[in-house]
Amino acid sequence: MSSLFRSEEMCLVQLFFQTESAHNCISELGHLGLVQFKDLNPGVAAFQRRFVKEVKKCEEMERILSKKSTFEKLEQELREINRNHAALRQNLIELMDIDSLLRMTEDFFEEAESLLTYSEPPSEDSVFIAGVIKQERFPAFEKVLWRLFHGNFVLRHTEMQATEELQARGAVKKDVFIIFVQGDHVREKIRKVCEGFRASLYSCPKTLYERKQMSNSVMTQMEDLRMILRRTEEYRAGVLTRAAEHVQEWGSKVKKMKAIYYTLNLCNIDITQKLIVAEIWCPVSDLTLVQSALIKGSEQSGSSVTPVLNRIQTQQTPPTFNRTNTFTEGFQAIIDAYGVGTYLEINPAPYTIVTFPFLFAVMFGDCGHGLVMTLFAVWVISQAESLRKWKNEVLNDVVIGGRYIILLMGMFSIYTGLIYNDCFSKSFNIFGSSWCVRPMFHAHGNETLHEYHHLQLNPFVPGVYSGDPYVFGIDPVWNIASNKLSFLNSFKMKMSVILGVSHMLFGVALSLVNFVHFRKFQDIFLQFVPQLIFMLSLFGYLIFLILYKWCITLRSETAPSILLLFINMMLFDYQSEHVLLYRGQKGVQIFLVLTAVLMVPVLLLVKPFLIYRTRMKTRHQVGEKDHFICFLLQVSMGDIFVYQAIHTIEFCLGCISNTTSYLRLWALSLAHAELSEVLWRMVLQVGLKISSGMGSLMLVVLFAAFAVLTVTVLLIMEGLSAFLHALRLHWVEFQNKFYEGSGYKFTPLSFDSLLKTQQ
Amino acid sequence: MASLLFCGPKLAACGLVLSIWGVIMLAMLGIFFTTHSAVLIEDVPFTEKDMEDGPTALQNIYKLYNQVGYNCFIAAAIYVGIGFLSFCQVRLNKRKEYLVH
Repeated sequence: MSSLFRSEEMCLVQLFFQTESAHNCISELGHLGLVQFKDLNPGVAAFQRRFVKEVKKCEEMERILSKKSTFEKLEQELREINRNHAALRQNLIELMDIDSLLRMTEDFFEEAESLLTYSEPPSEDSVFIAGVIKQERFPAFEKVLWRLFHGNFVLRHTEMQATEELQARGAVKKDVFIIFVQGDHVREKIRKVCEGFRASLYSCPKTLYERKQMSNSVMTQMEDLRMILRRTEEYRAGVLTRAAEHVQEWGSKVKKMKAIYYTLNLCNIDITQKLIVAEIWCPVSDLTLVQSALIKGSEQSGSSVTPVLNRIQTQQTPPTFNRTNTFTEGFQAIIDAYGVGTYLEINPAPYTIVTFPFLFAVMFGDCGHGLVMTLFAVWVISQAESLRKWKNEVLNDVVIGGRYIILLMGMFSIYTGLIYNDCFSKSFNIFGSSWCVRPMFHAHGNETLHEYHHLQLNPFVPGVYSGDPYVFGIDPVWNIASNKLSFLNSFKMKMSVILGVSHMLFGVALSLVNFVHFRKFQDIFLQFVPQLIFMLSLFGYLIFLILYKWCITLRSETAPSILLLFINMMLFDYQSEHVLLYRGQKGVQIFLVLTAVLMVPVLLLVKPFLIYRTRMKTRHQVGEKDHFICFLLQVSMGDIFVYQAIHTIEFCLGCISNTTSYLRLWALSLAHAELSEVLWRMVLQVGLKISSGMGSLMLVVLFAAFAVLTVTVLLIMEGLSAFLHALRLHWVEFQNKFYEGSGYKFTPLSFDSLLKTQQ
Repeated sequence: MASLLFCGPKLAACGLVLSIWGVIMLAMLGIFFTTHSAVLIEDVPFTEKDMEDGPTALQNIYKLYNQVGYNCFIAAAIYVGIGFLSFCQVRLNKRKEYLVH
């Protein structure tokens, strides 16, 4: 029967299956996630294992996939697309050059023609060449032309207008130029010069009409090219996204294969090479599930022989398996972080679900902060799946994994905040305060009010204290009292001691359950009972004193301090001027201290003595000649004594130190309350105290600062601090009363958890 | 229309959360101030002079309470405006993200 109370009963099972069906069977078991494979070849090094080549191949593929590069076919396709794209771009740039050239050469032609008509009659061999050159090269180009033609040419140039599109595609500044020369033979020379300067030449028609035609055709070509380029880019993007999806799929397949081959490495291959033997740990209640998964696997691979399950008895300790759901796995994780429970030991997790958020809330108690924390946790729970995509390790593990813990912490904090009556350091007066001011000053009138700066409400004056305490929590009048801390400190310290001793007594009681389960009845009388009596007679009595003093009416000037009472009790110091709380207190206290002191030798000596006696008996029975062997096989008596002494000292001294350790509940709640008050007084009150109209604007700004500081300092920093201290109280003070924690965790072959860790 | 977007998605979301918190908390503070809650006495800027006059002392204190209360309500109203602005930014950010994909 599975429950969170105790870890599950596990069994060791031998599996026999055929080599052909091995892959499918293990794949089915991986999807099931309920079996842990034992390493049957522990002495074999990693590189000597049978399937080491396959594992390496899978690792290679994993590496390739993780670099997000594509497979060969995809790669080729992409290269081709890129080449086409580059060529088209080049074309587009050329066409744009021609277009601007044509536009700018209009006026050149007119000017040139007029110049030539003035100087010489127009001859058939006047040549003009038009082209585009990089702007930085133009001055050198001009100089060379001068040297070549000795000024017998006309050269005109303008800067080409850099359009947005060109700039976006990273083009450089270019100039358009046009040269007019006489003579046909110079055409070659000019062409060579232009080649040297890497200027691109374009043929330019002579007549206006032809130029206009060319301009139009260039425009349409450019439009076509632009459209083609856009289509190419879209297609490329589509190909890449489709490939990305496939990469994810392939990645998970490769991971699964690697896990399967790794598992096969753990198994034994029979001498005939046809049979694989595996040993698995699996929960007893899941044997039928495992069997059906194996049958399904062997059917898939088409083999005729079903795998055989053979449960074997073993002396080895099985792993510890606690079946958890999404809610409980967070709490189980924080228990396992300190130590995984011994096999079949009692599991502290179900109690931790309540006590951990409660102890956190005692240290955090503020209903305003608790409300913010609860709302945050509700948001994380509702968005858990989409938040998992954020790759941040810390956020994923802590916040998303612990979202239910945070929710409970917040809800419990609202509760303790209502008890402390603390909401952003202000109190609520829901039920009507039990303290009334008017009767205190009614008799003497206004003189008292005006003369004294510090006024007090004396509960012995009739009418001031109504006699009935505030219905739920701390009375709101304490929020505006100047001796608020004296009252609250006393209250919180005593409360911490009560909670601490109760928590520890509960831990001791759980050890009884463990003893009963493991049938160590001797230990119940030798360990559990003396420990309980020791703790109750000293610290149980302390709690009684606290509660008794709270219940009776005392005058505060003569009330005895509980701490002094306790110290005097331990020192047997009963002088007549000491005030005691009740009649017969001296006798009761002496009796309790003597009882507690008597328990120490019981814890220390009785168990080793009994072990010694049983050894003596068996030695007499076995006889003298086996004396030597017996002596070697057994642990020496000295070790047993020392172990028992350590355990006794740890328990007895630990009682005192652990009880004091619980005082951190008081310390942290005090720190939280003070920080909260300081934040209100120094930040928000500054804005509230401005009574003019500007007050509202200041309030807007200061509230934003107040909110940011509340979240960072009070929620995150104090929250983490209280979380840590509550965790420590569980791990050390609570669990060392009963928890052994020396087991190892059940790690089944599970594809779900494998793929989750990949993401 | 695109230039109306001046903060990223995270800042807008933070602003929205802060505004909702501000509206709720400042409105409640305003209510508690206008009902003259005794616990908030230390946040009211009264002076010695307000307590001198016999008959009107109480009314002076109440007047100051109300002033602080109205300040809180005005601040809450400003936060409503900031909240609306942040909400618009969040929506614009979502639309921009949608367009790119």
